[in-house]
Amino acid sequence: MKLLKLVPDNTNIAFLKWRNIAVAISILMIIGSMALVAQRGLNFGVDFVGGQMIRTTFTQTADAPITELREKVGALGYGDPTIQRFGQPNEVSIRMKLPTGADQDPELANTMADEITGMLKADYPDVRIDGVDSVSGKVSEELLSKGVWSLVGAMLAITLYIWIRFEWQFGAGALFALFHDVALTFGFFALTQLEFNLNIVAALLTIIGYSLNDTIVVYDRIRENLKKYRKMDIIALLDLSVNETLARTVMTSLTMLVALIALIIWGPDVIFGFATAMFLGVFIGTYSSVYMAAPILIWLKVGPDSFVPPEAAGGQAEKIGGSEEVG
Amino acid sequence: MLDFPRWKVISISLLLAFGVLMSLPSLFFGESHKYWPAFLPDETINLGLDLSGGSHILLEAEPADVAETRLQTMEESVRAEMRRANPRINIGDISRRDGVLSFMVRDSTQVDAARDVLEPLTTGAGLTGQRDWDIEVRDDTRFVVSPTSAGLENAVDNAMDTATDVIRRRIDEMGTREPTIIRQGDTRIVVQVPGLEDPEALKELLGKTAKLEFKLVDFEADPNAIAEGRPPVGSQVFPYPDNPSGLPNIAVKRLGGISGDKLTDAGQGFDPDTNAPVVNITFDTEGGAKFARLTQNNVGRPFAIILDGVVLSAPNINEPILGGSAQISGNFTVEEANQLSIALRSGALPVELQVVEERTVGPDLGADSIRKGMIAAIIGTAAVLAFMVVTYGRFGFYANFALALNLFLILGVMAIFNATLTLPGIAGFILTVGSAVDANVLINERIREERRRGRRVVQAVEVGYKEASRAIFDANITNVIAGLLLFIFGSGPVRGFAVVLIIGIVTSVFTAVVVTRMLVALWLRRTRPQELFI
Repeated sequence: MKLLKLVPDNTNIAFLKWRNIAVAISILMIIGSMALVAQRGLNFGVDFVGGQMIRTTFTQTADAPITELREKVGALGYGDPTIQRFGQPNEVSIRMKLPTGADQDPELANTMADEITGMLKADYPDVRIDGVDSVSGKVSEELLSKGVWSLVGAMLAITLYIWIRFEWQFGAGALFALFHDVALTFGFFALTQLEFNLNIVAALLTIIGYSLNDTIVVYDRIRENLKKYRKMDIIALLDLSVNETLARTVMTSLTMLVALIALIIWGPDVIFGFATAMFLGVFIGTYSSVYMAAPILIWLKVGPDSFVPPEAAGGQAEKIGGSEEVG
Repeated sequence: MLDFPRWKVISISLLLAFGVLMSLPSLFFGESHKYWPAFLPDETINLGLDLSGGSHILLEAEPADVAETRLQTMEESVRAEMRRANPRINIGDISRRDGVLSFMVRDSTQVDAARDVLEPLTTGAGLTGQRDWDIEVRDDTRFVVSPTSAGLENAVDNAMDTATDVIRRRIDEMGTREPTIIRQGDTRIVVQVPGLEDPEALKELLGKTAKLEFKLVDFEADPNAIAEGRPPVGSQVFPYPDNPSGLPNIAVKRLGGISGDKLTDAGQGFDPDTNAPVVNITFDTEGGAKFARLTQNNVGRPFAIILDGVVLSAPNINEPILGGSAQISGNFTVEEANQLSIALRSGALPVELQVVEERTVGPDLGADSIRKGMIAAIIGTAAVLAFMVVTYGRFGFYANFALALNLFLILGVMAIFNATLTLPGIAGFILTVGSAVDANVLINERIREERRRGRRVVQAVEVGYKEASRAIFDANITNVIAGLLLFIFGSGPVRGFAVVLIIGIVTSVFTAVVVTRMLVALWLRRTRPQELFI
């Protein structure tokens, strides 16, 4: 049996040759994503804007009567509902904004939910209430600010760690790559109008972690090569590092994608958005490690002297570079 | 590399065996593990409400309400104590505004006496010696009593503690199984009830303050003034929705009533005459004596039964009620009477609570999520396992073995900590599968690379593990950072995801690096291969 090799040995692809174009495209994508978020907005779930989400299954009906539902819920006088199918055609979620005045009196939101579920049970005897999410304005504000803080906190803490473990240029490069990943994911959610809820914040943090995984593997090899080939041109050195880690990058990305495809196709409907965001994040994260995190090192003038302690660097380089001893 | 001491092999194996053993009870869902011999572990992971089905309800109290209630109580005590003083101290112009109580002592010679009455009312019961209230005298005769911040904080804290107990009693009374009731922060209570049939009834019960009062009706009051909500001096106006006279309000005497917090029992029953559902209550000795006195002195007059600021009914006192039990009539259904008796039995909430967040998942959806999550996990894992063997051969098999152990270890560690598995947690499992093999991919690719550079087998493996470990370490630390922030700022199910992620990172580094290294070393030592098939 021959083992599978996804990437041929000793590739020598000039990735960094395209760095200016790639970075220009990336910046355009970031700006485009921001514009999308500004223009279309995110389809926030009840977690972040408050309100009610009722999940129902029509057990005896093949297709949920969405249009009719929209009219009937609208007729209750609490504004227009957002009705979406999730999973099967007979499963829908009905999302309502908080009724006016619910800030002062949270009871209003309960009354609204009671009326909607009451109407559903009366008009559709086969309906099954699968779940209710009800979040007040105050709690949703807290969840939103916590979400923002966790993202900002994770990005800064990770950057700091990279700075300590590598050098400040690497920290800056990682931060820039992470910003790219997060911005593009936001853009994706503005474009598709998939529901943006707490699970998506979890997905974003996982994407950050994953993207950084990739960046660190490349950076680690760059650091190693910087000590090993002290005279090599930086662009050639970055290309070499990316090529040397290419097989691993492809393999890991593929295993992640395989796991995620299983989640998207067979997994529970509630985490469809999460899995989709992660799926996209694997691509964005892998790309950003090569085309965002690495070129920045060139512009920030990283060289063999960026790693200060010479005795450690010298010893390391000799040991790894000593190819004579190999038989 | 070949040097792998026996004690290391033994301790690693023992650790793995322990982890797998701990995971076993959780793998046998249901009760089966309860029949196991006692020396086997019986700690299991908990299923989150999004998987088991149930309700998560977040209740919040408004501290301003506590302050207001406290001020009201203070006003009542001041009125009562000043009247009881000997000689009686006349006070007037009583107002509660901006969170402070102020009143005038009509006779300026009584100011010192008034202060003596006030002093014991305003000192805290605690041992700290801190004052609960500040007393200030302005313009010689005006007393201003304002709550100190320490006193108020203490009051809110006590109120929330009592409220948590009351909520617990109420939910126990409902007969639900394994509820979780936790105070959260300064003014919140989390209630989690698995597998609930009717969350509406629960919310209804939790939202009820159940403050019961009996007060004499002020039948001399001018009906027009009452209708406009203007009470006569010494009286208060309460809404009375079921008033037989058709008026929306009723006036009751401010003083001379008793409160319904001195009950030993309450139960739903039927009125012997009308057969309407009622609530029968039994006072404790002290409350019974007070109630007897109230009814004895006011035979022939009506008294109002007030629940949470709304009058339920205002029956006439036909004869003194001396037995210490009474009947509350109102326009109840059997169910309402039943709920009210539960609320009364478990005591009144010292503060009004409101539902600020509710998450309910039906049992069908939860079961569906478990089933789909399992299917996705099995397919995803199987695909990754196959992929690894096809790519790395024997080394892929070792990685897979480590991965399988890793899944048991995650479950085992979660069981030790009694952690909760949520739906995003299942996603975390699948992601851990995807990323755990990354460590082996890094190692194996590095070994391939070193072989290509011409290193001998043992040396290539050695350098592969050594050089890859650095990146594995850094990458996993950053993932732990992201996971920790998710755990700190996340809530509910998302926290469950963070838990799986963090545990998975730690265990996967152990299995993917340490365990595979041991397996590879033992194999190399046994066979001394000249060529690596990787």
